[in-house]
Amino acid sequence: MDAIILQILNGLDKGSAYALIALGLTLIFGTLGVVNFAHGALFMIGAFCAVTLQRLLGSSRTIVDETQKDFLGNPLKVEVPYVHDWFGPEMGASIIAWSVPLAILFAIPIMMFVGFAMERGLIKHFYKRPHADQILVTFGLAIVLQEVIKAFYGANPIPTPAPPALTGAFDFGAMIGFDPNTIIYPYWRLIYFAFAAFVITAVFAFLQFTTFGMVVRAGMADRETVGILGIDIDKRFTMMFAIAAVVAGLAGVMYTPINSPNYHMGMDFLVLSFVVVVVGGMGSLPGAVLAGFLLGILESFASMAAVIDLIPGINQIIIYLVAIVILLTRPRGLMGRRGVMED
Amino acid sequence: MLGLNKKDFQLLLIVAVLALLAPFILNPFPEGSGLAQFNAGYPDLMQRFVIFGIFAIGFNILFGLTGYLSFGHAAFLGVGSYAAIWMMKLVTLNVIPAILMAIVFGGLFALIVGFVSLRRSGIYFSILTLAFAQMSYALAYSVLTPITGGETGLQIKATDSPILSNLADGEIGRANLFGMEMGSSYLMNVGNWLFTFNAGYYIAAIFMLISFYVSIRIFRSPFGMMLRAVKSNQQRMNYTGLNSRPYTLAAFVISGMYAGLAGGLMVAMDTQVGPERMFWTASGEVVLMTILGGVGTLIGPVLGAGMIKYMENIISKINDNILHQWFAFMPDGIEDFLVTIIHPFIGKGWHLTLGIVFMLVVIFLPGGLVEGGQRIAGWFGKGKKADAEATDTDAGTKPAE
Amino acid sequence: MGILEIKNVSKNFGGLKALSDVNLSVEENSVHAIIGPNGAGKSTLLNCLVGKLIPDTGSVTFMGQSLLGRKPHEINQMGVSRVFQTPEIFSDLTVFENIMIPCFAHRDGAFQMNALAAVTKQKDIQETAEAILEDVNMLDKRHMHAAAMSRGDKRRLEMAMCLVQEPKLLLLDEPTAGMARADTNNTIDLLKEIKEKRDITMAIIEHDMHVVFSLAERITVLAQGTPLVEETPENIKGHPKVREAYLGEAQV
Repeated sequence: MDAIILQILNGLDKGSAYALIALGLTLIFGTLGVVNFAHGALFMIGAFCAVTLQRLLGSSRTIVDETQKDFLGNPLKVEVPYVHDWFGPEMGASIIAWSVPLAILFAIPIMMFVGFAMERGLIKHFYKRPHADQILVTFGLAIVLQEVIKAFYGANPIPTPAPPALTGAFDFGAMIGFDPNTIIYPYWRLIYFAFAAFVITAVFAFLQFTTFGMVVRAGMADRETVGILGIDIDKRFTMMFAIAAVVAGLAGVMYTPINSPNYHMGMDFLVLSFVVVVVGGMGSLPGAVLAGFLLGILESFASMAAVIDLIPGINQIIIYLVAIVILLTRPRGLMGRRGVMED
Repeated sequence: MLGLNKKDFQLLLIVAVLALLAPFILNPFPEGSGLAQFNAGYPDLMQRFVIFGIFAIGFNILFGLTGYLSFGHAAFLGVGSYAAIWMMKLVTLNVIPAILMAIVFGGLFALIVGFVSLRRSGIYFSILTLAFAQMSYALAYSVLTPITGGETGLQIKATDSPILSNLADGEIGRANLFGMEMGSSYLMNVGNWLFTFNAGYYIAAIFMLISFYVSIRIFRSPFGMMLRAVKSNQQRMNYTGLNSRPYTLAAFVISGMYAGLAGGLMVAMDTQVGPERMFWTASGEVVLMTILGGVGTLIGPVLGAGMIKYMENIISKINDNILHQWFAFMPDGIEDFLVTIIHPFIGKGWHLTLGIVFMLVVIFLPGGLVEGGQRIAGWFGKGKKADAEATDTDAGTKPAE
Repeated sequence: MGILEIKNVSKNFGGLKALSDVNLSVEENSVHAIIGPNGAGKSTLLNCLVGKLIPDTGSVTFMGQSLLGRKPHEINQMGVSRVFQTPEIFSDLTVFENIMIPCFAHRDGAFQMNALAAVTKQKDIQETAEAILEDVNMLDKRHMHAAAMSRGDKRRLEMAMCLVQEPKLLLLDEPTAGMARADTNNTIDLLKEIKEKRDITMAIIEHDMHVVFSLAERITVLAQGTPLVEETPENIKGHPKVREAYLGEAQV
């Protein structure tokens, strides 16, 4: 029992990332009808927003500290980050330590802008072209974006730790009445899950309860009719693209402490996220979220030693296997709507 | 000639001449000159031109004709490679049986994957093929290690003794064609030029020409017409009494066999294989090649494959020092500025160049290099071009009435 | 016993009754029109005949064989061709290729792996295709891309594609919708000509009463998924039930 709970928990963080990316993909697909292969790149750009902020906050000037000597007896040169100057050393140090959560604020405007620029600059011209063209051009864009990041940040993963207060783990097992030390869970993963849940809820609430969201939902159901009503649906769809970019970007920001970001993380997640979207049902938002968590948890179960002993290699292929079975038995995915991409 | 009309035969002839004279054509610059780094006439690269050409020709039969975008074609190439290397490890170092096995296994695997994936179309088909390829990759990487050699892959080792090849104890076998080794080359010195004629390249080139010829025949056949009908209007096709499934499956298997052949040739040239050959980025690469060259055209995939492999090799070899040499005539400030600007696009950054070129092609030239060539030809002789097109595709350009 | 027998066919979409208990018999070598107001179930009925939809209950037999559960291409190979309301042609292909494809389907069946023979060497197919293009006056447009043609031409092309297969039963879904009067008359003449030339049964769905009364030998009026009347054209004019169904919509 404790092992099962542990696996479910372990699946949650990856599942959260899948769900967030798949949610954005579905928003874009549902509203704009575009299959966006560059969505993984948005996730990656989000992660590198965190890296950038960490570096910006860490940028420093060198001063010569006469009170300290290095081993040769010369005065020691010390790097002093500017934030230490501005906020005092203690406050400054904690600002740097909290750079990942702070990056959320930093990433929102950047991702908004990136999403807006992408839609207006490129995607807009592809609404009328075949899906294959959309896939190809966004695929090309994904390559370009990932190479640009590589040119600036290099090919190696860049460690971006969580704030010290939030690192470490806690004994979840003891809290819910199991033996101590059976279910140890890192704080940050729990935070990631909570954050993902919050973002997902916010997106759904936004779509459900605002006029803007209502128009978008109507547009998803029947674009032409909404156009006839005299509502400028395109403007709202651009906005929706920016929101999807922000969702993917935030997923990336918060993921950095779990896995150090590198330039190809976007593509790694993209392939799986597409599988997630298709399993959930193209164009279904709840489907994307459900499938994201489901596949994340399944993957984590398949990684259990007992399961691998039974079916070797299953952890590597479980997601694809599930996708194949689902696509063949339920062509529209778990919660897909009728008539979406069936030609 | 050869069952082709005049136009197609001319095309085949041009490709044949280019392929056979490639060691000359690709080495236009004398050794030791500043431009020698643009030479592509060395065996390793020429082999890759033709092998990836075959891969792309096969992919084009599926994607270009039927419109089914497979994102998992590298799996068939990988399976072909594994089949070929086992043939060489166990049976004979002669490349012909190995290549035949590669084609057979590539085709068989495509039959299985296609049978399942073709139940869906559009993005669902793409995801299904992607899923199958990623599964193959993951399995080759981990569980199937006894067959695939896992992460390190498979090579021909001193301990391998194929039953039909008489190897001395401890001798490492080398791939050959009835005794002629793939690695053997004839060097020709003409003035400052050095031309390399490599046995492996010519064998691969002959396979490429055969593949190209077969693809022309398929394009011009009733079968090819049915595949284009699948792309154009599957509903009408079914209501015309045609079963589209076997047509698409046959196209899928044929393109899988092409991929298998390419994989087998890779092993024949360079007796090793690793699972990364099946990774989805490798599948993406063949998509790029086909689109870049011109999807649905005869010559496009070969051009695209050549272009990408050339860029990969040549652009990635350029470094800052070379740039400084080129711009040395300029004032220092401008020289440094230019080098800084170009720096991200060369060397390891060649993928960036590729990505940008690819995007530009998709946006402005959906017909790829072939369409670009036609447009340029159009600027030079408008009257001529209309004529040529009418006889070429049997399609006039008369406006609607 | 007609060539096409529809017995007790019903079809529901969710709660919506599209067809309820339809009985219809089409005589061999006749022209049978099915008319009715919008939403009467005409298109649904047609879709049930060609294998696009499967009726919930009832049976459909063509020349004594059941059509239920057969795929569209199988039904076509039995001799049923369909012209669509909006022309379904191969728009990326040329007019000549559009015609050749049904020729191949007619000669070679649902699938043939004819991968190495050249299309241009198939003399019999080429001749048949040219002959039918001659019949519909489109021989001069053979090299045109189908997408570039006018709507009327697309319709004629689609009709030619169906006729070249020499179907026993031709289903026409509003063959003259959106056509100018002159084009409509041409189409009527074309259909009459075909009817005289060979043995063919036609079932026509049509709104234009001019077309219906020019061609049809029997007329079935469909309303709310059920056949109201089946009569000859003379008797259908002024039939009280028909007036009731249309509420004056059709000028009969």
